[in-house]
Amino acid sequence: MSDNGTPHGEVVGQDSDAYGATAVRLDQGHIEGTGGLPERFENPGLPAHVARMADHDEKAAKRAEKQVATLFGLSSLFTIVFVVAFFAIDRESTAFIPGIGRTSLYNVVIGVCMAIALLGVGVGAVHWAKTLMPDEESVEYRHTQRASDEDRRRVVSELTQGGTKAQLGRRPLIKYSLLGALALPPITLIVPLAAGLGPVPKDALSKTMWKKGDRLVRDPERTPIRADQVTIGSVFHVLPESIKDSQHVLEDKAKAAVLLMRLNPEDIKPQKERDWGHEGIVAYSKICTHVGCPVGLYEQQTHHLLCPCHQSTFDVTQDCKVIFGPAKRPLPQLKITVDSEGYLVADSPFREAVGPSFWERGHA
Amino acid sequence: MSTTETSRGADRLRADDATTEAPPAAGLKAVGGVAGWLDDRTGAAKPIGYLMKKVFPDHWSFMLGEVAMYSMIICLISGTFLTFWFVPSAGQVVYDGSYLPLRGVTMSEAYRSTVDISFDIRGGLLIRQIHHWAALMFIVALSVHMLRVFFTGAFRKPREINWVIGCILSMLALVEGFAGYSLPDDLLSGTGLRAAEGFMRSVPVVGSYLSYFVFDGPFPGEAIIPRLYSVHVLLLPAILVGLFVAHIGLVFVHKHTQFPGPGKTNDNVVGFPVMPVYAAKAGGFFFIVFGVLALIAALVTINPIWAYGPYDPSPVTAGSQPDWYMGFADGALRLLPGWLEFNAFGFTFSFNVMIGAILLIPVMYGLMAVYPFLERWVTGDEREHHLLDRPRNNPTRTGLGMAGLTAYGVLMFAAGNDIMAIKLGLSINDITHILRAAFFVAPPIAFWVTKRICLSLQRRDRDLVLHGRETGRIVRTADGRFFEQHEPLDEYTRWLLVQHDKHEPLQLTSGVDEHGVVSPTARKEKVRGALSRFYFEDSINPVTPAELAAAHHDGHALEAIEEAPHEESGSRPALESARREPPKRP
Repeated sequence: MSDNGTPHGEVVGQDSDAYGATAVRLDQGHIEGTGGLPERFENPGLPAHVARMADHDEKAAKRAEKQVATLFGLSSLFTIVFVVAFFAIDRESTAFIPGIGRTSLYNVVIGVCMAIALLGVGVGAVHWAKTLMPDEESVEYRHTQRASDEDRRRVVSELTQGGTKAQLGRRPLIKYSLLGALALPPITLIVPLAAGLGPVPKDALSKTMWKKGDRLVRDPERTPIRADQVTIGSVFHVLPESIKDSQHVLEDKAKAAVLLMRLNPEDIKPQKERDWGHEGIVAYSKICTHVGCPVGLYEQQTHHLLCPCHQSTFDVTQDCKVIFGPAKRPLPQLKITVDSEGYLVADSPFREAVGPSFWERGHA
Repeated sequence: MSTTETSRGADRLRADDATTEAPPAAGLKAVGGVAGWLDDRTGAAKPIGYLMKKVFPDHWSFMLGEVAMYSMIICLISGTFLTFWFVPSAGQVVYDGSYLPLRGVTMSEAYRSTVDISFDIRGGLLIRQIHHWAALMFIVALSVHMLRVFFTGAFRKPREINWVIGCILSMLALVEGFAGYSLPDDLLSGTGLRAAEGFMRSVPVVGSYLSYFVFDGPFPGEAIIPRLYSVHVLLLPAILVGLFVAHIGLVFVHKHTQFPGPGKTNDNVVGFPVMPVYAAKAGGFFFIVFGVLALIAALVTINPIWAYGPYDPSPVTAGSQPDWYMGFADGALRLLPGWLEFNAFGFTFSFNVMIGAILLIPVMYGLMAVYPFLERWVTGDEREHHLLDRPRNNPTRTGLGMAGLTAYGVLMFAAGNDIMAIKLGLSINDITHILRAAFFVAPPIAFWVTKRICLSLQRRDRDLVLHGRETGRIVRTADGRFFEQHEPLDEYTRWLLVQHDKHEPLQLTSGVDEHGVVSPTARKEKVRGALSRFYFEDSINPVTPAELAAAHHDGHALEAIEEAPHEESGSRPALESARREPPKRP
């Protein structure tokens, strides 16, 4: 056993017949006591250093030197190629690159040149370090992080002495007023920031620009829609006609966007949905009641509306109630009718807040 | 053993070396002059000399943090380039640049300038793509670095503070990334901001105010782009760089951890000095990371904002997804069921959104940040640890880590439920239901499986130490029996398998003193005892020299022996054998 350096106890009366047969008990005298065996193995220390080729073969070292120099040279060369390509290549030109497809030749060439210029330095330096720089391990010793007891005591005593010298303990008036003086002044920054960030929402989140008599217009053409143009199975992305006078188009659009669909009236289950529509034409807010993505996907056959962000699914035949996904509330319905010229108009504003939920939503 | 000195190899080898110092060349003298001038004025020679001699251990996994650091620096460099052309304004303009499909389209200045960077600024597209890829690489690298630190126990004393700093860095990196990809104001990023506005509204009581304050009024408004810009290029980078400096400073203070191995102890660092080896390796590695990112940016398009079009609240594209690191939060939002929203007292509680969008990230990072303190309390271990654990040698920690990673993975998969449904031809409803269940079921399974694998690996380590390698050589004895020769491990190989500490659950007193008074901390200690058992009750301990001696003596059958409890009378410890069994637990 000693040939592999195992520390071991004295083995008494080694019996080859016992091989694989019986358990060995130290108290039967096979091994003396704990046999002088330590609790744990000992760290054998660093293994002997194995020299690299370049360490003892000057030819190998020379080869490594050439490799490093080639890499560094390649880097410089491609920096020059980069500059030439940067000005020489037409930026509109494209090229077909296998595995990637048709792409901008300009971007590929200057990018690859840049990559080679950088990789040349990097790989060269690492190769240099690995082949020619010393690779014998050094050992550095650690010290515990804590300072000596003496140092710790000195710091504590200096702190307390400092406090005493400043009479912090004896002058409670200063101590407590100082706390306030340190804690409060940041408020002079926080208040203007908080107050200046934005207006208070009031009831703005609960209102859209839809009002009674507002025509439904196509988005983005902004042309009004006649009821007879809406065929069964079709879907229109709709805005209020008054959006043309809006000062804040995106903000108004973010609340007022509506989807218009025509279903076979028999397919519509709730009476309210039929009443708020017009001959099977129904309008629903397009803003998801989950976190506000536009509910853009309409499944013609099942009459399901799907939000592409988090897959909330609304059933148009059941007043857009949620049949799957993380949203809770149905999409709000816009009550519509037709005006004297046969165009679809809103019959009333939205009766509830559109879009994502918020705390005081029920108070709208 | 003759090898009691721990630093045998390198030191002895170096002692024999002839000094190779050549007389300084003329060029070096000039440097000495400049250095001397500087040192006269700063006294920098001493700290710089100390830094140059500092030893760092070598292991491929120590490069992960380096990749993160370099990616961050590359982000700073490429980001500065982008600020020269990017216009952080939501002001509406009509595009008339060189990208024909968008001519005449009304868009924000932010979007137009991003399209201009992509098509009209020479090299702009390359730098933009380097910036985006570097940001992705930054978060990939820091996440994997974090996993390395966790699974090897590098967060243990004295490095808990640095672990917490790392957690904050990681969390802020997510926010920084989100702020960055929201800036171009294209349809995809605008949809992301639209959702973010919905997240803010879900906060109880102040949600709608929060939204109005952040967006300066109704969504989208004109304030969010310049505000995010200021956060993205000034506020968060300053905090990130500050924390990063503290992070790396503490690495210098603590000296780097090292993996266990022959010659490596808890009191030393075995590796290579900064000058010249790490200066060349780490310096070169910066260029390699930069080069690889440039290559990716040259060949692989990322975030082609010109294809999405400018932001408009009405249209949306199917398959909308955030960058990968926000995937888990997006996935959580897809899994949280709608019934978590309810009305009470006339107010709306929108937990279906708030749990995933507002609480998840701080809770996740909070749990990670407190873990070192929890483990220290459970183990009662107040020692400093500079030697890393092999993950198998702490099966419970490794199992917990894998459970957490599995939960994260389920959420990440959930963010792609629509893509999976299309690509795999499955029902999105089924996928979502399965992932909802998997979020609760999969982590415990992962914990159990990982722990069993770790224990098996530990048993295999024991087996290797006790019986050596099977050589495949069959020997026939004089009396006609056959056996296979086993080759014992050499002491260096063996050391790696036996070096770790023995783990045992804490032995706790009853918590009742001799007068029958229950200690005020009894309940706490009971919890601690239970947790300690959870961690260590089935731990497998390294082979001891006595066990090896017994195994050698008994050939193949005897794998473990156990001493009877030592008694002060000095009675002989009894040995007990166990066939193919781990040692019995106290």
